[in-house]
Formats: sequence, C-alpha cells, structure tokens
Amino acid sequence: MTDANATQPGAGRPARSSSLLQLDERTRRRNASEARFRLYGMAAVGIGLAFLVMLLVAILSNGLGAFQQTAFHLKIELKQDVLDPNGNRDIDEIKDAKTFAYSPLIREAVLRQIEAYGIDTPLSEAPVEGFSSPLDNLFSSGARSTLRDRVIANPDLIGQTVDFRILASSRVDGYLKGRVDRESIARDKNLDTVHLDLVDALHEQGAVEKEFNWDFITGPDASDARPEQAGMGVAMLGSFFMMLVVLGFSLPIGVAASIYLEEFAPRNRFTDLIEVNISNLAAVPSIVFGILGLAVFIQFAHLPQSAPLVGGLVLTLMTLPTIIISTRASLQSVPPSIRDAALGVGASKMQSVFHHVLPLAMPGILTGTIIGLAQALGETAPLLLIGMVGYIASNYPGGVAEGFLAPNSAMPAQIYEWAKRADPAFYERAWGGIIILLGFLMTMNIIAIILRRRFERRW
Amino acid sequence: MYDTPKVENDVATTDIKISAHGCQVYYGDTHAIKDVDIDIEDTTVTAFIGPSGCGKSTFLRCLNRMNDTIDVCRVEGDIKIDGEDIYDPKVDPVQLRAKVGMVFQKPNPFPKSIYDNIAYGPRIHGLAKSKSDLDDIVESALRRAAIWDEVKDRLLAPGTGLSGGQQQRLCIARAVATEPEVLLMDEPCSALDPIATAQVEELIDELRGQYSVVIVTHSMQQAARVSQKTAFFHLGNLVEYGDTGQIFTNPQDQRTESYITGRIG
Ligand SMILES: Nc1ncnc2c1ncn2[C@@H]1O[C@H](COP(=O)(O)OP(=O)(O)OP(=O)(O)O)[C@@H](O)[C@H]1O
Ligand SMILES: [Mg+2]
Repeated sequence: MTDANATQPGAGRPARSSSLLQLDERTRRRNASEARFRLYGMAAVGIGLAFLVMLLVAILSNGLGAFQQTAFHLKIELKQDVLDPNGNRDIDEIKDAKTFAYSPLIREAVLRQIEAYGIDTPLSEAPVEGFSSPLDNLFSSGARSTLRDRVIANPDLIGQTVDFRILASSRVDGYLKGRVDRESIARDKNLDTVHLDLVDALHEQGAVEKEFNWDFITGPDASDARPEQAGMGVAMLGSFFMMLVVLGFSLPIGVAASIYLEEFAPRNRFTDLIEVNISNLAAVPSIVFGILGLAVFIQFAHLPQSAPLVGGLVLTLMTLPTIIISTRASLQSVPPSIRDAALGVGASKMQSVFHHVLPLAMPGILTGTIIGLAQALGETAPLLLIGMVGYIASNYPGGVAEGFLAPNSAMPAQIYEWAKRADPAFYERAWGGIIILLGFLMTMNIIAIILRRRFERRW
Repeated sequence: MYDTPKVENDVATTDIKISAHGCQVYYGDTHAIKDVDIDIEDTTVTAFIGPSGCGKSTFLRCLNRMNDTIDVCRVEGDIKIDGEDIYDPKVDPVQLRAKVGMVFQKPNPFPKSIYDNIAYGPRIHGLAKSKSDLDDIVESALRRAAIWDEVKDRLLAPGTGLSGGQQQRLCIARAVATEPEVLLMDEPCSALDPIATAQVEELIDELRGQYSVVIVTHSMQQAARVSQKTAFFHLGNLVEYGDTGQIFTNPQDQRTESYITGRIG
C-alpha cells in the first residue's frame, strides 16, 4: 500500500496514466531490441546458409565431372600373328606378348574408324617412332594393359574382332568436359589441336562418348600417370574395414564404461578425475591420437603399417570419448523414477539397468555412436601418422583377414592423396571423392535421425 | 461404505513385523528423521500422517532400503523385519525389496505394455511356471487394484498411456503381483477419484488379511477409515503412535491434536 492510498482512501483507483492503444517508451524500446535481435539471428542463419550453398556449389561443380569418364568404342582386331604366333593358345606364350604389343592393335582400330567415317586428319599418316605414335596420346596409358588382361583372361578372343571400351587419356577426357581447352593445349607436349580436331570428329560420330564412371566408385587407385583410371573403391573398402573395427571396439567399450560410470561407480575423487579426463579427451586434437597409435600399435605392438586394423584402433581411441559422453547423457535423461520402479519390485541394479534404463537410452546411444562413426569416417590427420595417407590403394584386399591387415588407404586419405598430385584430372577426382564421402556422412546422419525418431519413447 | 470412522480394535494377532529403534536419517547435513522408535504389527494397516516435509516418505523408504539409491542419504539405528536387521551387511537389498513391496508417491509405470508392467516382477522372481500362470497373476493383480475392467481390453497398450489415477492403480497392481509380505504405500490415493479411492481402500483392507501394510496419507479420513494404527510425524520426530481410534479421538500430544484439528500442517 502506498502512502497516497493510505491517507486518501477516498481517492480510489489512480487515474489512467496511459492508453493501451499507445505504446509507451519502455515497450517501444523493448520491441525495437527484440526486432534487432531477430535481425541478427536471421543474418547469422543467412550467412551460414550462404556458406553452405557456396560449399555445395563448389563441390558439385568441381567434382561431378569425376563421375563421368570419356571412352572410345573401338572394334579391335586381336591379330593371332601378333599375340599368339604359334597359334596354340598356350597361356604362357600369350603372356609373352608385352603390353606394347597391344598398342598397334588399338592404333589400327582407330585408323580403320577414321577411314570408315571419312575423317580427314594428318594423324592418319602419323609416323611410328619406336613403339609409339602420336595417336597413342589419345588413349589412357593403361588401355594397353587393360586389353592384355582381357585377352589373358579369355584367350579364345584371339583372332577375332571384338568391341572394346578403351579409356581416353585424361586430356581428351578434360577436353570433352571443358576442363582442357585449345589454348591450354598449346602448352601441352602430349596433345595438340590436331588431336582435338580428331576427337571432335569422332565425338560427332559417336565413337567417343562421356559415360557414367562406375570405375571411379568401385575401382582401385591408379598411379600418377593414369588419373583416368583412378577410383575410390579400394579406399572405400579400407574405410569400411576401419569402421567395422571402430564399431566393434568403441560401442561395447564405450557403452560398458558409461553404464558403469553412470549407474554403478561410487561418486568420489577418483571417478571425478576419470570424468574430467573423458571430457578432456574429447577435445584432444586427432593427430595426437595418431602419434599415440604409431607408438603403441605399430612400434610397440608391431601391428602392420597402413592397415585398416591399426587405423580403426586409432579412430576407436578418438571416438570413445564421444560415445561415452553421449551415452552418459542419454542414461542421465532416463527419469530416476523408472529406476526406483524397477528396484521397488525387487529387480537388481543390473536388471533395472538392462531391462529398463538401457532400452530407454538406446536411441540416444545409437545416435551418439553414429555421429562418432561419421566423425571417424572423415578423419584424416591420425591416418597420416600410421601410413594410411600416401599409400596407393591399387589392390583389392583378398579376403576379410586381408581387409583388416593388408595395407590400404581410407576415403579421406585417398582424397588428400589425389589433391596432392599435379594433374588437374586428379584434382577433379579429389572433389568427386569428397562428394562420395559426403554422401556416406549424410546417409549416416539420416540413419541416426531415423533411429532417433523410431525408437524415441515418451514417458 | 465407510461413513463413520470404523476403528478395528479387534486385531488379535499382535506379532511385530517391523521394528525400528533409534532410527536416524540424514540427507547430507539435513537431519530428516530423528531418533524414531516404532513397532509395526503384522496383518495390520499402519498409517503415517504428518505435515508435508516431516519425513514420512523418508522413513517409509528406510523400510525397504530405497534410500540406498540416494548418495547423500545416511541411515543409522536398527530396523528389523521379522527380527532380522535389514541393514545387516549380509542382507541383499534386492531380496529385501522382493519381500517389502512399494508404491511410490508419483505413479511410475514402466514405459512398456500394461501386461509387462505387472508381469515384470513375477518374471524376475520366477513366480510363474507357465504363460497361463503368468496371465492369471496379471489378471488377479489388476483385479485387486481395481483396474482390471478398465484395461482388460488393452493389456498390450503402453502403461504410460493411462490416466494419472489409472497409472497409480497399475503401480499398486505391480507391487501386489510380486506377493510381498509388507506393502509400503506412499500416498497411493492422492491422484484418485473417490470411487477408485474406495476400491483401493478395499484392497488395502483385504491385503491386511495376509500382509502388513504401511500407508502414508494426507487424508485424516482415509487414515481413520483404513488403518488400525496411526503414527504422527512432525519435523522428523515420531510424535505419537498408537491405535488409530486413540489418536483421532484422544491424542496425547498437543501437536497431534493441533494437526488433526487442522491447526498445523
Ligand atoms: N533426496 C533428498 N535429498 C535431500 N533432502 C531430501 C531428499 N528427500 C527428502 N529430503 C528432505 O527430507 C525431509 C523429509 O522429506 P520427505 O520426502 O520424507 O517428506 P514427506 O513427509 O514425505 O513430505 P510429503 O508429505 O510432502 O511427501 C524434507 O525436509 C526434504 O527436504
Ligand atoms: Mg512424501
């Protein structure tokens, strides 16, 4: 009660000081600051979105090219007198024919096509010096060995004229994709404008075509000289085996540790210390885990270098804190009344945890695990130290054991490797690799969201 | 049904089921229960009454060692059930809780089906030999808790989908299903309508035939209706304990009288 009211009880209610239809000074200021804040928020979101769009545009425009590959479709006559002079189809004698023996066969096939289409090009009279001719520069340097592999796999083809798909060289590929133009080709010693005229003419006839590049997704990596043959397939397998290791170790260890810490461990100095350290571990730079892995797994335990097993173990160390933290958070979010209810009907601590608490915490645990795995999948730095970066993953693992133990690369390591190489064709593949990697990460995140939606229960 | 407080003084058996002596409970530095001595009889309903925060729930939770789950909580003194010290290091609280069932202040059904809510206890204690055995246990528990008719058509629906009062009766059924010897009920009727309350009180009266029931209640009428013994707590002290009729008609302590006549609380 104010003095005024106390001394003048008859005065009644105070006079209306303001109208509701008119904003007073305070309200106006409050509204203005709220509007400003909303503007800041929208600006922040807008900037974020703009960066995202820029990123996506950059990745897609640079990387989509990697999913297409130019190839020649040639009818190649596999001459018996070149490949199997004795005509007895003896596999050892066929293997005697080295790769360069196949170059003239490819060359002849092109020349026949040039003639058939009536294309006028100085290359049709190009001289053969030694074993090579300027015509060879149209094709991937790996084309000959691809052809040889096919013949060795099926010697019955000898003597026939067979349809083959021969990869174009990275310059020709780049020309059809617009990466290489006539000006830049002037500085190139392998290809000149005469080649490009021929490619244009053949392209018109449909003998050179850009096609979807399955080999990029499933194929192995190739050496520096053959970017057109390089693929992600083997590195993908490396990543896959690494993720198996990470899942196999970090999920049981992480969940068991969290359950123990959250439900069973007494609260004392020691467990506090552990808790603090787990939070700190989550913030340790990943390269530190790499050097730890090098010291412990390779130098001390003598596990093989560059092996997905070692990579997986290192990434397990890195993922554990993430999984433990998210698992503990989801255990904590289970209401204590559920635990009381279970204990109240005479369940043991362990029964209450495994029958009631854990199922309720499951969506959170799974989400945390998948996020941890996704992080591990994209991690490059620790792999640097255990030799998975820089390894040319050109062979598929021979089996499950080899998948874990044989040297391999991983997707991010492969991308880094390609980005390092000089040829712009590799640069394109690096971006393409990023698209594949992002595809995996996005799939994993979507799975996490679906799991969370499906298993989420209300109580 | 219970128009006049019916005080049953004809309890012939006066075996002591639970006896507490010099019981102290601390939450950290808070002294929540101060030196409580009480003998709770078998086949009797004992009511705990008292103002909010006086320690009724705390003392009730001592009787099946639910306080063990609270880190800061410390219990001193001795509490015996059938002459055995339940805080003896040899006693496994899990075994104790199978013998001393509990209904909590807030309904807390498992986020599982109604059937599984009831069947869980019997399952982990191996009380049912077969599926049909278990079905019988579930049905009789739900019937005794006066909820069978409401849920018999949706036994597989989640227990958390029931109304607050139904959930509380489900929890009572869950506690009854494990056939405890002592049933501790912390305000079991606080969320129930008068009809369900009457049904639960009927159940309590029926349970008295075999078990010892301890019920915390804020309703003086309820205490008078269902209990034979009443204990009045105030600020952590057990102020007065005796026959319900005695407490309500002729309280010995000033504080008890003030409370039941509505002057403190
Ligand atoms: N988990 C806990 N931690 C700390 N103090 C607690 C805890 N539980 C209860 N207390 C304290 O112990 C005292 C007794 O609480 P208790 O829950 O036993 O009261 P109550 O008689 O059941 O009250 P109500 O009728 O409101 O349920 C209160 O002062 C309360 O603040
Ligand atoms: Mg209480």
